Parts: sequence; structure tokens; C-alpha cells
Amino acid sequence: MIKIWSMKKNEDAAAKKKPKTSAAQIRVQKDLTELDLPSTMQTYFPDPADLLNFNLTITPDEGMYKGGAFAFSFAINPNYPHDPPKVKCTQKIYHPNVDLEGNVCLNILREDWKPVLNLNSVMVGLQYLFLEPNADDPLNKDAATEMSKNRDTFLQHVKQSMRGNTIKGISYDSVLVH
Amino acid sequence: MISQSNGFATPHDWAGRYYHIDQILDASGPRTDPAFSAGDEVKDFLRNKAKILVIGAGGLGCEILANLALTGFKDIHVIDMDTIDISNLNRQFLFRQKDVGKPKAIVAAEFIMKRVPGVTVTPYFGKIQDKDEDYYMQFNLIICGLDSVEARRWINATLVNMVDGENPESLKPLIDGGTEGFKGQARVILPTITSCYECSLDMLNKQTAFPICTIANTPRLPEHCIEWASVLEWPRVHGEKKMDTDDPEHITWLYQTASKRAKEFNIEGVTWSLTQGVVKNIIPAIASTNAIIAASCCNEAFKIATSSAAYLNNYFMLIGTDGVYSYTFEHEKRADCPVCGGEAVDMSISSELPVEGLIDLLVEKQDIQIKKPSLSTANKQIYLQAPPQLEAATRPNLSKKVSELVPPGGEITVTASTLPFSLSLRITYT
Ligand SMILES: [Zn+2]
Repeated sequence: MIKIWSMKKNEDAAAKKKPKTSAAQIRVQKDLTELDLPSTMQTYFPDPADLLNFNLTITPDEGMYKGGAFAFSFAINPNYPHDPPKVKCTQKIYHPNVDLEGNVCLNILREDWKPVLNLNSVMVGLQYLFLEPNADDPLNKDAATEMSKNRDTFLQHVKQSMRGNTIKGISYDSVLVH
Repeated sequence: MISQSNGFATPHDWAGRYYHIDQILDASGPRTDPAFSAGDEVKDFLRNKAKILVIGAGGLGCEILANLALTGFKDIHVIDMDTIDISNLNRQFLFRQKDVGKPKAIVAAEFIMKRVPGVTVTPYFGKIQDKDEDYYMQFNLIICGLDSVEARRWINATLVNMVDGENPESLKPLIDGGTEGFKGQARVILPTITSCYECSLDMLNKQTAFPICTIANTPRLPEHCIEWASVLEWPRVHGEKKMDTDDPEHITWLYQTASKRAKEFNIEGVTWSLTQGVVKNIIPAIASTNAIIAASCCNEAFKIATSSAAYLNNYFMLIGTDGVYSYTFEHEKRADCPVCGGEAVDMSISSELPVEGLIDLLVEKQDIQIKKPSLSTANKQIYLQAPPQLEAATRPNLSKKVSELVPPGGEITVTASTLPFSLSLRITYT
């Protein structure tokens, strides 16, 4: 066998035994403790000992979704940050980029995810969807069509849906902040 | 002077068996390591002492096992958690039709032992995660022929963690091979010395993911229809029930759902095997790529085990998409690698010191410059600076003694925005 150990002795003593904590776990701890969120976003951990599963509430303070509180679930798997976090909206909301099952169309959650991105980037991206919904990437097709064709009706629908009303036969969850 | 001369012949070592290999082992050359001792000693090590582990008995694994056995390694172990599928038979040449459904590791081991006399192959049908450090400690070398990023990250982290400053035997060279279609790579990882698998995580080819809105609204490709079935329709129809990509019934459901969708949008090309390929993220495996990469891995294993020539430093890349191109370079270790980077510091503290006191010590330590550190052990949080809820939940620990939370010799992981990645503290008490 080659004598690797002699190479080891020559380098500085920096590399000592490392902890058994997994890379994903350390990375999540780092991401979470360095979150730099505006007051419009809040995390909630159902089990504070479990950093891999938590909720995020976004309460936009401007734009057409102002006055609502929007809830998302985050699930992080052991292959993070190679795999992106799985994010779903846990309410039925009227939004061009969120479908009725809670799937979210945000590029960095799928096709543009990179390990250098972090939970902060995802959260900021989500909040942006409420400030600038994007009719070109529709998941709720009705909402997207309305938004690009008839903005006033769309704005009305947004307000109504946030109160928990039914739009075109679909009843939405009330998301108003009390 | 043919091979009987090696003095360690077993009944299986017929005349001339190792004639060609011995050309390399009987005399030193211009590139041999100074520690190389030509002749009996090195042959004895290779044939009677070296113990090598092969992880994966699939496309690469079959090639690796055959190469190692024919090179003269005689104590080979193999781990694989899969069973043989009929679609494996075109390239995984240790398997036959009659073996379909049987564990790859076991069938491969039996085949090699039957075909190459005197070689012992010990199979383990199961996950690499089933085995502990004691198990990995018994090998001189480990070769990986895996297609899973997660499994590679696990074995890489395990081998890096195993390195014990007091014990030279704890450093196990890892040779990692990987292929994707006509591309492949082979690399030598000397845990804690060279860059590790985690260091190069950002070099991985991204798996193709289509924008979810394209899948939902404007499908153009058969793959879009299959993703629609698996990403959007499966959870909508089946709720919490998890999709199992190894369950043929699940694939059939996805195939049928995707086919309906394809018909609606006039898209052709949705097939059962494409469905399976897309949801399992299967990249077509090319037998010749596997053969080249496996050969390169085994060549490195042989050089490292025998010191007969300089080994790869440390990354060999093969690109066979346009002609045959290869590139070898030294991939550099990342200071902020979560597995092999960062620092480990020994800290001796009073067993009376509260967590708060430890945090003050860290902040005051001039040489590490930590601001607002968050602390945890492998299985629990000690103190997190944020988010507010977790800070509040861990705040009661501030007044507890560190010794109540961490055993002597235990490790604390420290993260802080001012650290490149993390710092680990090994705590002893006075
Ligand atoms: Zn590394």
C-alpha cells in the first residue's frame, strides 16, 4: 500500500476528526440561524427539535395580496442542498402561480435550484410571487388568464378569494389577517 | 522466471497465471514510488493481504469485480441493495436470465468465484448504511461504482469521519467511479487529504427538471406528460400515499395517466420504459463507458495497493459524446466543505461552565472570530440564535452546564455567519 500517512503528517493539523452531524443537518442549521427575513415572513416549527420540517407564513404589506397571511410547508430531505426543499402552499389560494393542490411555480424550487442557493433565497422568492404574480408561468390557468386579460376582475377575484369566497365554482380558503 | 517464483503460490496459481501483472511487480520503474518493494513482498500483499470493498454491483460494479479478480486481488467484498432486473442483462455481464430477481451482490460474487479460481468474494445484500465504522475499517481500499448521489455522500462522509489522527490505518483511500451515458469520471479521494466527494457537489450535472408551469399548461414533450403524471397527478389522486418508483403497478398507473395526457395534447412517444426512465431519472447506461471508467478505477486500486506507479491526482474525466476526450486535473479541496473542510478545535472547559459561558469564550476567541454562534450536537440543538421560535425553545439551555448536554470527548457543531461553514469543538472537562 502507498504510504498516505506521511502526507497527512506534512499538512497542518487543521483536519482533525469531524463530528457525526450530517452535511445536510449542518447546512440546515446554518441556513436557518442566518435567515434574514423581513417582518412579513415568519417561520413556525411544529416540532422545534426537527429542523427539517417547518412552516412559513407570508403576510405581504403591499401589493394586491396585502391583508392576507399565506402558509407554506417546507420539507427538507437528507440530500439537501443537492436536492431543493419541497415547498407547498397549505391553503387553497387564488394565485396564478399556485395551483389548487398547493404546488408552487417558482424556478428556484425546481429547474433553477443550485446548492449555493439557500432557504433564505427560497423564502424571498416566495414572497416575491405575492408582490409580482407572473401570468406567464401559470399554474392556476383561470387566474393567470384573468390577470393578463382583465386586471380589474382579477384584483376583485383576489380580494374575494382571500375572504374565503367561491370563484367560478371553486371555494378558496379565507386567509385574512385578523 | 515465471510466476511460480513468487513463493506464495496456492494450488490455483498455475504457471503463468500472473505473467503479465508480474512484469510490473518484479522490478521498479522510473515512476514507481520510493516505498515500492519489487517482487515477493508486494505480490504477497496484493494476493494474500489486501482486502478491498466494492460498493455497487451494477453496470460499473460487474466490470470492477471482474477487473480486480483478474488483476490478482483475492479478498474482495461487495455490497449492493438491488436485485437483478431483466433490463440489466445487456451490460451487467455477470448476470443471466435465470438470475432475474436475485440479489446482485450474491449472484456477482458467486459468478466471480466460479470463474476466477482462488478469489474469495464476500457479498452483502443490503444498504451501505447498515454497516458501521468497524466494518469499513477492515478494508485497505474502497471502490465505489454507484449511481446514487446520496449513497456516495454517505460513504464519503463516513470515511472522512473515520480518519483518526492517532491511527494511520483509519485513512481509507476511496476510488469513486461514475458514468452518465457517454460521460464518466474516476477519482481518487484520500479522506481529509485530497478534495472529497462533497467538495465537488456543485460540479454534478443537474438532473433535468422541467418548469412546473410548462408541465401543467404547455406540455410539448412526452417527458412533460410523464412529469405531469408523477409530480402533479399522483399526489392529487393518491394523497399522502407515496409513489414507489420500483413498484411496476405505480409505473403502470403513471404510464397510463401520462398517455391520456399525451393524447390530449397530440404528443407522441410516451412508453412504459420512458415513464420508468423519467421517474427514476435513469440516464441510458453505455457498456463501453462503464468499461473505461471501471478500468480506470481498478488501475488506480492496483497502483495504490502496490505502489508500483504514481496514482491519479485526483480527477479523471471522460467525455465520449464527440469522439473520445479525457481531461485529468487536481480538484481542489474546499475550505468551506461541510464534510472535510472547516476546523476542529479541542476545547478543555470546566465541567461547571454554563452554555452561555462557552458562547462567550467562543466570541472572545481572537483566532476564530465568531459572532453569534449557534451550537448543536449530532442529535440535539443546544442553542440556536434564530429563528425567534427556536431561539426561545433553546434559550433555557443557556444556563445549563455544558457537561449536562455533552459527554466528555463529545462534539459540538458551531455555525455562524462569520464562519465559512462550520466549526467542530471536541469538548473535554477539567
Ligand atoms: Zn470535502
